Amino acid sequence: MPVLELREVTKVFPGVIANDRVSMTLERGEIVALLGENGAGKSTLMNVVYGLLSPDHGEILLDGKPTKIRSPRQAIDHGIGMVHQHFMLVEPLTVTENIVLGREPGRFGIIDFSDARAKVAALSKRYGLKIDPDARIMDLSVGMQQRVEILKALYQGAGVLILDEPTAVLTPQEVRELFAVVQSLVAEGLSVVFITHKLEEVMAVADRIIVMRGGAVVGETRPSETDAIGLARMMVGRDVVLSIEKGAATCGDTVLDVVELQVKDDRGLDAVAGVTFNVCGGEIVAIAGVSGNGQSELIDAIVGLRTPSAGSIALKGVDITHASARASIEAGVSHIPEDRHRRGLVLEFDLAENLVLGDHRSAPYASHGFMKPRVVAEMARTRIADYDIRTPSEKVLASSMSGGNQQKVVVAREIGRDPELLVAAQPTRGLDVGAIEFVHKQILAAREAGKGVLLIRLELEEILSLADRILVMYEGRIVREFAGGEADAETLGYHMTGGGGSKLDEGAQTEPAGSAPSEGEVVR
Amino acid sequence: MSESREEIPVQRPWMAIAQKVGTPILSAALAIAIGSFIMWISGYDALAAYSALFKGALGGPKQIGDTILRATPLIFTGLAVAYGFRAGLFNIGAEGQLFMGGLAAAALGVFLVGQPWILVVPALLIASALAGAAWAFIPALLKARIGAHEVITTMMFTYIARYLVSWLVVGPLKAEGQIPQTEALMPEAQLPRIQGLFSEGALEAFPFLNLGRAHLGIVVAIIVAVIVWLILKYTTLGYENRAVGFNAFASETAGISVQWTTVKALCISGALAGLAGSVEVMGVHHRIFDQFSSGFGFTGIAVALLAKNHPLGVIPAALLFGALSAGAGTMQLEAHVPQKIILIIQALVIFFVAAEEIILWFVRRRQKEAMSHAG
Repeated sequence: MPVLELREVTKVFPGVIANDRVSMTLERGEIVALLGENGAGKSTLMNVVYGLLSPDHGEILLDGKPTKIRSPRQAIDHGIGMVHQHFMLVEPLTVTENIVLGREPGRFGIIDFSDARAKVAALSKRYGLKIDPDARIMDLSVGMQQRVEILKALYQGAGVLILDEPTAVLTPQEVRELFAVVQSLVAEGLSVVFITHKLEEVMAVADRIIVMRGGAVVGETRPSETDAIGLARMMVGRDVVLSIEKGAATCGDTVLDVVELQVKDDRGLDAVAGVTFNVCGGEIVAIAGVSGNGQSELIDAIVGLRTPSAGSIALKGVDITHASARASIEAGVSHIPEDRHRRGLVLEFDLAENLVLGDHRSAPYASHGFMKPRVVAEMARTRIADYDIRTPSEKVLASSMSGGNQQKVVVAREIGRDPELLVAAQPTRGLDVGAIEFVHKQILAAREAGKGVLLIRLELEEILSLADRILVMYEGRIVREFAGGEADAETLGYHMTGGGGSKLDEGAQTEPAGSAPSEGEVVR
Repeated sequence: MSESREEIPVQRPWMAIAQKVGTPILSAALAIAIGSFIMWISGYDALAAYSALFKGALGGPKQIGDTILRATPLIFTGLAVAYGFRAGLFNIGAEGQLFMGGLAAAALGVFLVGQPWILVVPALLIASALAGAAWAFIPALLKARIGAHEVITTMMFTYIARYLVSWLVVGPLKAEGQIPQTEALMPEAQLPRIQGLFSEGALEAFPFLNLGRAHLGIVVAIIVAVIVWLILKYTTLGYENRAVGFNAFASETAGISVQWTTVKALCISGALAGLAGSVEVMGVHHRIFDQFSSGFGFTGIAVALLAKNHPLGVIPAALLFGALSAGAGTMQLEAHVPQKIILIIQALVIFFVAAEEIILWFVRRRQKEAMSHAG
């Protein structure tokens, strides 16, 4: 009998079905990998199991008994532990203090640590975690902190352990150690659900692999029955090919010229480590890469949100290396940001105010510091009509619109500005098929109009169907360049994950022989 | 495209206004109701108390004048706090900027003698606005450059300002005599009383003009409120202020300097608070001393909250608080209800206004959660 079974679990968020009749099982002593792109519904599903979300339909069975889990507290009482991507530890406290937090042993408000301390030490020894019960959290490495979280779940009596993207924050060395810990856990009879989108980890650690896409389970397999390429195919899905008709690229003048660009990330590390490429008018250049390989920092540098540490950026021959975001907009760079709620829109503003954002200080929308509401409203009405934004008027708040319509607002503003260069980051993420098609059309129209388009997308389908040229970025460098028709998803995925030269070379021992990509998710 | 037209709630203008005005009015009414309950359980006659309160606040032109008098600085401090809020900043230190504004008016007003009224008054108002802005500038800079929280820094600066004034009025700026205060302003540096603008005959013919101690500061306050409203609504300055207040990241992406906007917003907020100080000095006390403000900077926070940070809403909100404090004395005298009950009613008003925000905050957070999970 499975220790955990989900039957037809459905979770609906406004406008999105996050989990669509998901059924799965977890046996005692088994490691099940839950594999899927970001937004495939993996974390939502496990948050349902952990009592953070309540399912709209379906049931959860523990040891065969239907069980309602209404809170993490109940989940813990039922022997389910979860280690989140972001640790929930109190930094100045010790390991033991953190572990007993919320259920401190002792009586009359006096905590009896000695018992807890001994138990923590014993658990640590039993599973080979090598944790000092008296160490302060802030003195521990990220990998060790993660073990404290695991230890906490074990201390609370977890028989089922859910690990949500546990390797995202770890170094390759720590990843290998984590795998060893997980193996020793299941050897002791625990069951583990391992959420990830990294193929090679799945192949290395899982007993069984459940692949999710678009909120539903699309397949189940075992590492022995498949390989990384097969998994990638399952994850991306082949049935949603968007065919786009476009003419041959008419390469005009060079619009964007990036030379030996280096950009540091927030931690001061080289996220972009010397990148040289150009985009010419009438061309769509796509950057393919696993998220976190420097694409975001590259975009930030081009649109003026981040100052490069070396190299140069020129727009139509004019240097914009150190231009501010404002100067970059005024020079003719438009930017469809990756995260439209955070960076693309002011949700509390109405449509007209959002459509003028970025142009609000220049003619014809403003003069001498005064806005011209009539001109702005007129422009807004034109954009609403041109870009098929579905709204009763330009006075509707952006927050009351659907995601697709919101993205149309951003697209309308950025393309409507008539830029020289359009930087489109994840322009169709989270949109439905109709809206995706619309955004594609607009991007192609910008290309036809002779604009340069730089497309950053993690989904290869879109890159393959839109791009005239594809640059593969890996660890801050452009490792390969393909002409649009030249590449396919497998080849791209291979190079995106460092096929040919990987930082995980020393990690070969964790890989089954013959698996192709060595690190990272192929597709998200 | 029409078949998939989305359901978007159409907001009619009057509905939007009713929604905006509804909560504050409801909050005030609830507060007064609960206030009477508190009086009742404390053994006071609530009806007598409220009728005395009403009499003291609005019973006649003199009383109305008293309400206006007390509302005048509150309009400025309410505007100051509201303007900051619109940029996502909580200027809790309006009191300190008020002290610096008052100090500027009191100190300069003594020197600017022999000039005509029409020059001196605007000069002093501008000076006090600049002083308030300057006092907010350092916290603003700290916020913009190193992220020091303005709640802490503006509060600290309030202490500095208060003690600076305390010291100056016993030390360098002390007037002749026993009392720690500055020299009185020359008449041409004062904001005249409204009734003083009319002849005896006019006051007799129109007794409602006999507004007691109310001074021209109220006119300045209303003009400034309208200007602030226009700035927020029709200028790029106001647009950027609101954009940063709502979403600093989107603003930054659109090329708005968040740091510079922060500095401007806190300085403008400080300037408005500084004006509150100068109208008190120029219109009421004609000098500065230790206790010249009865916490107008702090009550301004309540005024802004009640006004929901709308510059024009600040005017009625300030008048309500002005009326409550104007009527409190009569209430104590005639109905023997302690003045402090007014503070309870003020607190209740704020509580109910804030309660709506708390509920909305939870609603929004749930929506955001749903969105982030769906994303």
